[in-house]
Amino acid sequence: MSVILTENEAKALLKKVLSYSKADECEINLSANINGNIRYARNEVSTSGALMNQNLAVQSSFGKKVGVATIDEFDDASLEKVVRRSEELAKLAPENPEYMGVLEPQQYINSNGYFDSTADINPDVRAEAVMKSLKLTREQKLIAAGFLEDTKGYSAIMNSKGLFAYYKSTNVNYSLTVRTEDGTGSGYVIKGFSDVNKLDTAAATNIAIQKSLGSKGARALEPGKYTVILEPTAAAVLLENIYFDMDARSADEGRSFFSKQGGKTKLGEKIVDERVTFFSDPTYADLPASPWAGDGQAQEKRMWIENGVVKNLAYSRFWAKEKGVKPIPFPSNMIMLGGTATLDEMIKSTKRGILVTKLWYIRAVDPQTLLQTGLTRDGTFYIEDGKIKYPIKNFRFNESPIIMLNNLEMLGKTERVVSTESNQNYMVPPMKIREFTFSSLSDAV
Amino acid sequence: MKRRDFIQLSGMGLGAMMGASIPVLGNMVPVEHLLEPGADIATKKRLADIALNATKSRGATYTDVRIGRYLQQFIFTRETKVQNIANAESYGVGIRVIANGTWGFAATSDVTPDGIAKCAETAVAIAKANAKIQKEPVILAPQKGVGEVTWKTPIVKNAFEIPVQEKIDLLMKVNSEAMKNGAGFVTSNLFFVNEQKYFASSDGSYIDQDVHRIWPTFTVTAVDKAAGKFKTRDAISSPMGMGYEYLDGLASEKISAPNGLIGYRNSYDMVEDAIMASKQAQQKLTAKTVPAGKYDLVLDPNHLGLTIHESVGHPTELDRVLGYEANYAGTSFATLDKWKTKSFNYGSKQVNIVADKTQPYTLGTVGFDDEGVPCKEWDLIKDGILVNYQATRDQVNILGENASHGCCYADNWNSVQFQRMPNVSLRPGKEKLSVFDMIKGVEKGIYIIGRGSYSIDQQRYNFQFGGQLFYEIKNGEIVGMLDDVAYQSNTQEFWNSCVQICDKDDYRTFGSFFDGKGQPSQVSAVSHGSATTRFNGVNVINTGRKI
Repeated sequence: MSVILTENEAKALLKKVLSYSKADECEINLSANINGNIRYARNEVSTSGALMNQNLAVQSSFGKKVGVATIDEFDDASLEKVVRRSEELAKLAPENPEYMGVLEPQQYINSNGYFDSTADINPDVRAEAVMKSLKLTREQKLIAAGFLEDTKGYSAIMNSKGLFAYYKSTNVNYSLTVRTEDGTGSGYVIKGFSDVNKLDTAAATNIAIQKSLGSKGARALEPGKYTVILEPTAAAVLLENIYFDMDARSADEGRSFFSKQGGKTKLGEKIVDERVTFFSDPTYADLPASPWAGDGQAQEKRMWIENGVVKNLAYSRFWAKEKGVKPIPFPSNMIMLGGTATLDEMIKSTKRGILVTKLWYIRAVDPQTLLQTGLTRDGTFYIEDGKIKYPIKNFRFNESPIIMLNNLEMLGKTERVVSTESNQNYMVPPMKIREFTFSSLSDAV
Repeated sequence: MKRRDFIQLSGMGLGAMMGASIPVLGNMVPVEHLLEPGADIATKKRLADIALNATKSRGATYTDVRIGRYLQQFIFTRETKVQNIANAESYGVGIRVIANGTWGFAATSDVTPDGIAKCAETAVAIAKANAKIQKEPVILAPQKGVGEVTWKTPIVKNAFEIPVQEKIDLLMKVNSEAMKNGAGFVTSNLFFVNEQKYFASSDGSYIDQDVHRIWPTFTVTAVDKAAGKFKTRDAISSPMGMGYEYLDGLASEKISAPNGLIGYRNSYDMVEDAIMASKQAQQKLTAKTVPAGKYDLVLDPNHLGLTIHESVGHPTELDRVLGYEANYAGTSFATLDKWKTKSFNYGSKQVNIVADKTQPYTLGTVGFDDEGVPCKEWDLIKDGILVNYQATRDQVNILGENASHGCCYADNWNSVQFQRMPNVSLRPGKEKLSVFDMIKGVEKGIYIIGRGSYSIDQQRYNFQFGGQLFYEIKNGEIVGMLDDVAYQSNTQEFWNSCVQICDKDDYRTFGSFFDGKGQPSQVSAVSHGSATTRFNGVNVINTGRKI
């Protein structure tokens, strides 16, 4: 039997585990994944590997006393042992006043995030994908360093109230840095897909090559406020800091950006430009995601920010009860609605501005305003009178994604991107922003 | 790089933990299991020999075997509640070989003669397959076998032997004292790690090591709900290569600093720090916002450690310099041509930065690295000049040296070992100088304590650092607390603005417990020692914004 269990196999295994339970309540999370990767640097493959993980976690409770034990061996004796362990731990545990009990069975929508094409990737496929890339960089005497990582896996949950959920998925992320031999030019590309058939490593490599060659001979511009065009890869690493902060409890407690004077929250308030809409949707075709959260709650299409207004914050089951509202799990994906402009149109409409293709080393400076710092990297270009004029040296920025989304000028078509900070996949459009704050220059290439 | 993942863990229940990328390695086990001895040395040697023989007979010219048992205990609390206790064990073997001049690696959790033989076979097969696309063979610096040896972190109290209840009691005391002193919220955590590592190589080394690390930490939050403002203050503890005795809070290990501040050397008083933190977080709510401009900075060791880490530690990693990390962490401005001139002014003459894996109580200190090289100390920057890098056995030939620096590490038996940072520390000043004396000489400056926001470019030129506490210095005296402070500089410019370093009595270590590197990413733990140091004329920006 493969470690990637089918829905029926997972259900049978979970039923067996549940049959050993003597606790008041029992919930079991089961998951496995197989990851394959190949890494290259200095135009040579440096490491390659494969890793398999499977895990079963049993949560037992007696009243509000809860214990969790995990195991990665699935023979009958091990399964019974892990249930007993979780029960022993529960009996020893102090009462957890925030324990909400396990959920009743839920209704889930269908979402398909599993593609045989990706699941079938083997070392030869990986090597071939990389060779296509290396051929191009070697021919042009450029230096490539890249990483291709694919994963297939599933997760399932069952509890003593009869809840059962199963979801399987695949993903492939590919990233590449191409540098000129003299170290004066550098370009980057990153792509993420559920279906590897959409990944064209040669086409991706050509993007990084173009940026690498185009960024040679960068000139210094004075730091200051500029109109910027952020490619989706650059925008994603700023936007995700808004997503990470959308927790109702922190907002209610007065310690997040979403808190407001007088102990209130920004729920229902307009906080950014009215063209800004973020939503989650497990069935979104270009970014499928799990239709259930880790505790079994159903995920559905949900607005988080709609036309600039905060529509929802995530409420844990405990916090929802405290506040007398419906629980809302953290989403399993995030989509920002795009506009209609093409990148070319954005450039053409810019009198004086900067094209930013990647941002790097993003860190929160002030959680109160979501102010972030970081730098541009691997291709930054000066735009004048609607045309890219020349490459420029990298800048450090200090900017809040909230201020940035209030200074929105144009939105392009939304596309799937990978965050170079968190490795998460999102849907993000390219965007034109006025008065983006660059605070110093960097000599880094 | 993984700091965000780690923070997410602290607020999550089991469901969210399962899918997240967090540095909990292995299976959750009962707490008693962490004290079981694991396999004895004779058994491990027998198993390692099976691997060594299996790879040799298949044509490997070099082999190392790491039989590792990695134990972790992490405890998370907030206010009056224990959020999570993770007791984890990971046990298995990693086998690395050179065959046909190329590395191959395989790992298995099946630590039986059969499992190990199969794993050894796979490692050789991978090396031979990779050899077909390899252009240049691996050049391994020689390492004489050291025979059968053992090494252990010199701990006084094994943290895993301390009852969980005692640890929870400590954290509850930390939390209640913080709340009593006016904090709105507090989270506190304890991290304990024990690596039981058996290393054997075809050079004739059989090395058994028992490595311990500890990190107590917390975050206190003060909230002014009416004004809609909040401020935090993190612990100024340091992760250490010590046992539970780090938490004894010995008075002899405390250092008095200006404004009633206390620095901790090799013993930490967590409750005392939480009380201070609670008061300081409230002071931060009304602290003066900093006017941007040039200031002389007086940097406490608990702050400067991270600046050393980012601006000296990472740029002198030889694999970065060579381009192996170009696609992720980046390359380095400290290129080989600069080093070859023997006159590259990394910093001022006062700046002496040393790499080591031998300093007591530090995170990087072990007897031998993960390729069997005895640990040592060496200079990276001497009298301000860049003189060396951090290298492993297969890199050191590039520097014209014939012995590895001992910088090889893997975060688990199933991760392949690669170049990781040793302790990188600034030597204290030779002349007697206290922080009180140093501040007396500053006309317009800021005294900065603690680890705050940090960001640096991919070649390590331009950086920006925040902190936990900022005090304004005017005409030799501290006049009050500042807020919204971050300083920006260029690495070479910054280290050349170093004018004064306090003496050895002020020396303390800072540490990074989950430093990330590589693809797939691995964590490592590393310390950075220094005394309080003064840098003149550094650019300070104001990070306050109105929304």
